[in-house]
Amino acid sequence: MAEVPEPTHRRRSHAGTRDLERYAGLFAERTGVMRSSAMRDLMAITARPEVISLAGGLPDTSTFPPQSFAAQMTRIAQESAAKALQYGPTEGFEETKDCILEVMGAEGMLPDPDDVIVTTGGQQAIDLVCKTLIDPGDVVICEAPTYPGAIPTLCSYQADVVQVECDEDGMQVEALEQLLADLRGEGRRPKFIYSVPSFQNPAGVTMSLQRRRRLVELARAQELLVVEDNPYGLLRYGGEPMPPLYQLDGGDFVIYLGTFSKILSPGIRLGWAVAPPPVMEKIVLGKQAADLCTSTLTQYFVREYFAERRWQRYVDDLVEIYRTRRDSMVEALRTYFPAEATWTEPEGGLFIWATLPDYIDTSDLLAKALRADVAFVPGQAAYVDGRGSHSMRLNFSGVDEDEIREGVRRIGKVIAEQVELYEALTGEQRPPEPQQESAPNVVPFRKAGEA
Amino acid sequence: MKVAVLKGGRSLERGVSLRSGARVEDALERLGHEVLPIDVGSDLVKRLVAERPDIAFVAMHGAGGEDGTVQELLEILGIPFTGPSAAACARCMDKVQGKDAIELAGLPTPHWFAFNQTAFREFGAADALGRLEETLGFPLVVKPSRGGSSLGVKFARSAAEVPQALVSAFSYDDRVLLERFVDGRELAVSILGDEPLPVVEAILLEGDRYDFEARYEIGRTRFDVPASLDAEEERAVTEAALGTYRGLGCTGFARIDLILAEDGPWLLEANAIPGLTDTSLLPQAAEAAGLSFEQLVERILDLALKPAAA
Repeated sequence: MAEVPEPTHRRRSHAGTRDLERYAGLFAERTGVMRSSAMRDLMAITARPEVISLAGGLPDTSTFPPQSFAAQMTRIAQESAAKALQYGPTEGFEETKDCILEVMGAEGMLPDPDDVIVTTGGQQAIDLVCKTLIDPGDVVICEAPTYPGAIPTLCSYQADVVQVECDEDGMQVEALEQLLADLRGEGRRPKFIYSVPSFQNPAGVTMSLQRRRRLVELARAQELLVVEDNPYGLLRYGGEPMPPLYQLDGGDFVIYLGTFSKILSPGIRLGWAVAPPPVMEKIVLGKQAADLCTSTLTQYFVREYFAERRWQRYVDDLVEIYRTRRDSMVEALRTYFPAEATWTEPEGGLFIWATLPDYIDTSDLLAKALRADVAFVPGQAAYVDGRGSHSMRLNFSGVDEDEIREGVRRIGKVIAEQVELYEALTGEQRPPEPQQESAPNVVPFRKAGEA
Repeated sequence: MKVAVLKGGRSLERGVSLRSGARVEDALERLGHEVLPIDVGSDLVKRLVAERPDIAFVAMHGAGGEDGTVQELLEILGIPFTGPSAAACARCMDKVQGKDAIELAGLPTPHWFAFNQTAFREFGAADALGRLEETLGFPLVVKPSRGGSSLGVKFARSAAEVPQALVSAFSYDDRVLLERFVDGRELAVSILGDEPLPVVEAILLEGDRYDFEARYEIGRTRFDVPASLDAEEERAVTEAALGTYRGLGCTGFARIDLILAEDGPWLLEANAIPGLTDTSLLPQAAEAAGLSFEQLVERILDLALKPAAA
């Protein structure tokens, strides 16, 4: 192999004067709400190889057959190199949209391909929706907890984010109704309601059919937009499939966001949005301004991949793998977490949300956990207002069962030390040991209204 | 000169350290030095022995790099290094040792009590909490003895909040201190060689004043350099900081954090290896004194090579 020459400049050259001061006057106001924090610095350590990370949201890409990848890329190189290396339409190729329609069809949705735009991952779809709809100060309603990755996007458009509590049946739509009434009283109308109704990130919960229907009814009655983010819908390990909000609504008031990240690969950065034509028109203009078009090469890859007609089988394989991993994590939680802890038992997706006694701050616990070489996402990352500090998000898709068990064991150990210390500090007695065979700990959330 | 820049490591402040290190490397290159960047790991000694740098620039924060561990190795290997000695680093890193040294130097530091976990787990120290809460009053501050930035530092506004704050602080260290809260202006004095640099004041712009996290978030805290102090205040503050610096046996540089209350300065702690990033206080203070970052780095190297010339 040829040696790579040493680059002449490893980094850009800093100016001699104090950099922050020099640029500070030039920053847009919205950068003021883009925050870095000590906790984010802690997350930098989770990348150490010896750390078992239950912090990521990573699908297991090692399960994708390399020979299949090689064959598809070879075919693209041999048959369509010039086109695959060229720009493409802003909306995405019709052939990519056909693949998207197939994926959505598998969950019972039949959108008009003209309502679909191919985006650079699902994250860009969130960004484009925000760009299209949010003016500074506009209210956006999210679940509490919500997808941690949506928070910086919403904040960078200076949205006023209001969170509605979730329970085991997803967003408490009754509480949402009350909130909408309160907002109306203040003369405010939310720009949209952002929800991950199926196997929510981070809570792992799924919105009940009744609440889905009610949410769609509300949206239609009050002419509100709902943004349904559904990356995990096809990753169901138990229970009955639920109709997506988009299907219930028919696409008038629900903007749908999808992605190939969890059913194929996050590395190809391919997602999509489906929106009513007037909204889509603006989203397309926003996309044009952002990056002209989504990677042509990866769209060709998806087209080739779908042509093999095996994508559903691969999803079935993933479902098998992840179901086993979820079961391992739940079992490990029952074994290693203290009686005071509760957690969700998701029927799909990638995450479990665990809640600890309220004297344990999971950001501080993370520091202790990192010394034990294990990482998770502290719950605060899923809230805009500092709540969530007693909860944590645990991912079960990124590492194998042995590592899941060992990771949960290590977290359980540091929690147990804190519980014991707290008891020594307060003289509180430990409650009796939990029954191992039942699942008494599955009480995922406090009731609304509790501190 | 061949300069090894030690950065990263396993500490909780790895992220800041990598940024400090990158900025130092950049400056060293522009100064014409040969730079050997080392993300500190188990091969550190092997690499230092093989590469024989003329000097090591320690740009590590937190456990391992700021507590004297790396400095001790460098002393054994006979490689000159920047910043305070191993012994001084150990004293600065441990707030309990630091406060002892400050008191020994005859300087005021807020009244405190320190405990290790064993005291609570095995000796029922919880029963003594009521008495010391009475002594310290509320709010009081609970801190891990060794730890950087705001990590694990909590306010307790009432006795009911103390156990939870202790659990948090014990997440970072086996020893914690409970400290009387002193209300006043938050100041930082960086000292280079034996010279105090202009005083920096941290002014919380928004949010809960008891939220330590806010102090480390861009946009929530403003830093005034130089702080607006009258001549008498400035003299009192810099003298107290210099006294602390000497009392702890620091050489090269350090940053002293203190509160300026109505009754004068109260010393909190010394940071042996303060941050060197774009937004860190030492470079800002140096800048206010007319030193560019390159000049600051050059001066730090000089101080390490010719301590007598300081």
